[in-house]
Amino acid sequence: MYFGLSEDQIFFQDNVKKFLEDNASIDVIRKIANESDKTSKEDLHNGIVILGINNILIPEENGGLGLDLLFATAVGQSLGEGIATLPFTGSYVMAPIAIKYGANDEQRNFYLNEMSKNNVNFGVGFSEFFGSRNESELSFSNNKVNGKTLFVLDCDFATHIMLSDKKGQIGIVSLESSGIEIIDLITVDKTRIFKEIIFKNTEVDILENTSRSDEAISNAIDAGRIVTAADSLGASKAMLDKAIEYSKERKQFNRAIGSFQAVKHMCAEMAAELEPCYSILWHAAHSFDNKEKNKKIMACHAKSHISDISKMVSKKSTEVHGGMGFTDLLGLHYWFKRIGVNRQILGSPEMVREEAAQSQGL
Amino acid sequence: MDLNFGKEYKDFTKEVKDFCKKYKGVHFTESSKVPLSDSFKTGEIKMTRSDWQKILIEKGYFARSIPQEYGGHGGESDIIKSRIIAEEFAKSKIPPPMGGQGIDMLVPTLLELGSEEQKQKYIKPTLHGEIIWCQGYSEPNAGSDLASLQTKGELIDGNWVINGQKIWTSTAQYSQMMFCLVRTEPDASKHAGISYLLIPMDAPGIEIRPLVDMTLNAGFNEVFFTDVTIPEKNIVGKRGEGWAVANATLSHERGSLSDPNAMMNRLNSLIERMKQETINGEKVINNKVYRNKLMKIQGKVIAFQSNSLRVLSAKVNKNQDVKIAGMIQKLVGTELRHELEGFAIDIMGELGTLYENSPNIRDGGSWQIAYMYFLGLIIGGGTSQIQKNIISERGLGMPKEPKVQQGA
Ligand SMILES: Cc1cc2nc3c(=O)[nH]c(=O)nc-3n(C[C@H](O)[C@H](O)[C@H](O)COP(=O)(O)OP(=O)(O)OC[C@H]3O[C@@H](n4cnc5c(N)ncnc54)[C@H](O)[C@@H]3O)c2cc1C
Repeated sequence: MYFGLSEDQIFFQDNVKKFLEDNASIDVIRKIANESDKTSKEDLHNGIVILGINNILIPEENGGLGLDLLFATAVGQSLGEGIATLPFTGSYVMAPIAIKYGANDEQRNFYLNEMSKNNVNFGVGFSEFFGSRNESELSFSNNKVNGKTLFVLDCDFATHIMLSDKKGQIGIVSLESSGIEIIDLITVDKTRIFKEIIFKNTEVDILENTSRSDEAISNAIDAGRIVTAADSLGASKAMLDKAIEYSKERKQFNRAIGSFQAVKHMCAEMAAELEPCYSILWHAAHSFDNKEKNKKIMACHAKSHISDISKMVSKKSTEVHGGMGFTDLLGLHYWFKRIGVNRQILGSPEMVREEAAQSQGL
Repeated sequence: MDLNFGKEYKDFTKEVKDFCKKYKGVHFTESSKVPLSDSFKTGEIKMTRSDWQKILIEKGYFARSIPQEYGGHGGESDIIKSRIIAEEFAKSKIPPPMGGQGIDMLVPTLLELGSEEQKQKYIKPTLHGEIIWCQGYSEPNAGSDLASLQTKGELIDGNWVINGQKIWTSTAQYSQMMFCLVRTEPDASKHAGISYLLIPMDAPGIEIRPLVDMTLNAGFNEVFFTDVTIPEKNIVGKRGEGWAVANATLSHERGSLSDPNAMMNRLNSLIERMKQETINGEKVINNKVYRNKLMKIQGKVIAFQSNSLRVLSAKVNKNQDVKIAGMIQKLVGTELRHELEGFAIDIMGELGTLYENSPNIRDGGSWQIAYMYFLGLIIGGGTSQIQKNIISERGLGMPKEPKVQQGA
């Protein structure tokens, strides 16, 4: 019995963390966020491709690393901790899983082989399936897609977009096809860009199994939620670490503010709530990897619980920094906003909890 | 990550399941004055509590790693087996082995720091439920600041003579013995002046006054000492080492105050209750607001349970560092349990306030009792605020509070 990340997983996780520390300082992130620096973004992406992040979930026979979701989750924590301005959840977690479960043999081999060589990269737009809002509507017919979808993830380096309709059918569109209009959605979180995409009679390749079963989309969303939770947990850890560090240096009333009990208790509360988040996160990924009966419940709870705790941590750790926490100068707000957006991505906590209730027959 | 316990444990689980089937419905004839919970008062198989303890020890389901010469099973300690036993006993509602401060705190302390004579004399009858112990630490002026305790012990003619008062002493009125912190070195510094003494509760000069707690049970007591005289050898560790001896047991207590298996059972009972209760004809479980809140609590319980698996894992795999995960259990576990019990009252509304043997009461009023009981556990065994001091200073390495100046 061993509950926790393996040495290999920790090693991979640390490598990613180190890479981001060395290459994505707050100044680099700020430049990317202000859109004044396209090359840094590309350099960072090349860097993580060399680390193999794009290949974690691609089977070895298709040229990937053939690792599991727990691995991806471990890496997701590091990406959140370093607020990586990079695709991950959609491109490298949800897309390969959707293909694994949804594609026929020919589709599977084609896409996975190309993905492993970094020739194909996916943006992912599944919001039609789990929580469509007023503005959007998307339909497939006769291998054409029409309509509009919002909050497509990971479009930065995308060559293709993976979409779903209300029933959970999944289709793939090449960005070279005609009839595609892409619009930037500007969220508070400038470390990532989300898109609105409008399709007019655009050619689409439907993943064959997805017209019969929602297994593919359901698994992809579970995995996406777990990895989004990992991102928030990593970001929260970074915020708590910064708060503790700051509290030891900053002096008021001739004492380090960290010696004030009010400040200590805020930090203890953050740590006490955050610590079990690691366990539920890894447990959820493990349940997913082992196809356990409760895997959907675990994924839903990991996402909604960690979203709540991260929201609390993002507030309290900002408070520990006083006015400095509120400035653009310190850049703490990048983590705050990342956590804020993750909370809504792939389902807000209340929505996801309702799914947890339904999936246990309540 | 590997959550399989392996074949040995699969077999063991089956063995325990069979045992539970065999003893289903076991109940006790009263053998000590400690009240039994209602569920163990009726059933087909009758025996004394002490006989039940002996069966459990023989099977190795209790006192597993305690040497036979002290009345234990004399096997290897096996934390996973302990967990399996706890889980299976809880599932099949078989009475668990006795717990309490003697078994959970004193026995580990004696095993670690007691003299050979003390081990021989006390451990076996304690394991058999024949000696009940109470913990005499807190005093009216020494709660969170326990080390400021003032109950005095003087060595006179080869005996300790004890004067002073303890308070909040749980189960003192049923106990044969007390393990007690007493100031024996008045000239030493605060922490260095304390000794750990073992006091028979029938010694002349002890007066016990039960204190009714908010559940309206007499859960704890005041204990007064007037020239109480006990042999010199009733000390654990050396003179002035009582603080260190006590700290060895405090860590045992904190682990036992927030059991995640019990919490999960309670959550499942709450879900059952929500399926049965209705508001204006609608089942509570179908009410969107309550459903959502239930799921929120379920998420927290699963996170807490997963955290305890991680702590368990670190006991099996020595190289795992889970310092903070262990430290937060008392704080998070007692607060969460209190929240869960309180939410159950909310879903019942006015019916949730019924108590004692009122008509229409649900589940024997257990939700109100536990809601209050867990507030007691939030305070007892180191308050939530003290836990936060410990987490921030020892876990997160934040600066210690500047020492408050002692009065002139
Ligand atoms: C149900 C129950 C059973 C108990 N059983 C036993 C028993 O068997 N044996 C025994 O010896 N004792 C027992 N106790 C006593 C228990 O250990 C004490 O109540 C506890 O340590 C708190 O001490 P106090 O009651 O004096 O409160 P105080 O220490 O006076 O605390 C009052 C408030 O001040 C806060 N406070 C105090 N110091 C600090 C600080 N440094 N920083 C921040 N906040 C602080 C506390 O958190 C609390 O909110 C029991 C208590 C309860 C509730």
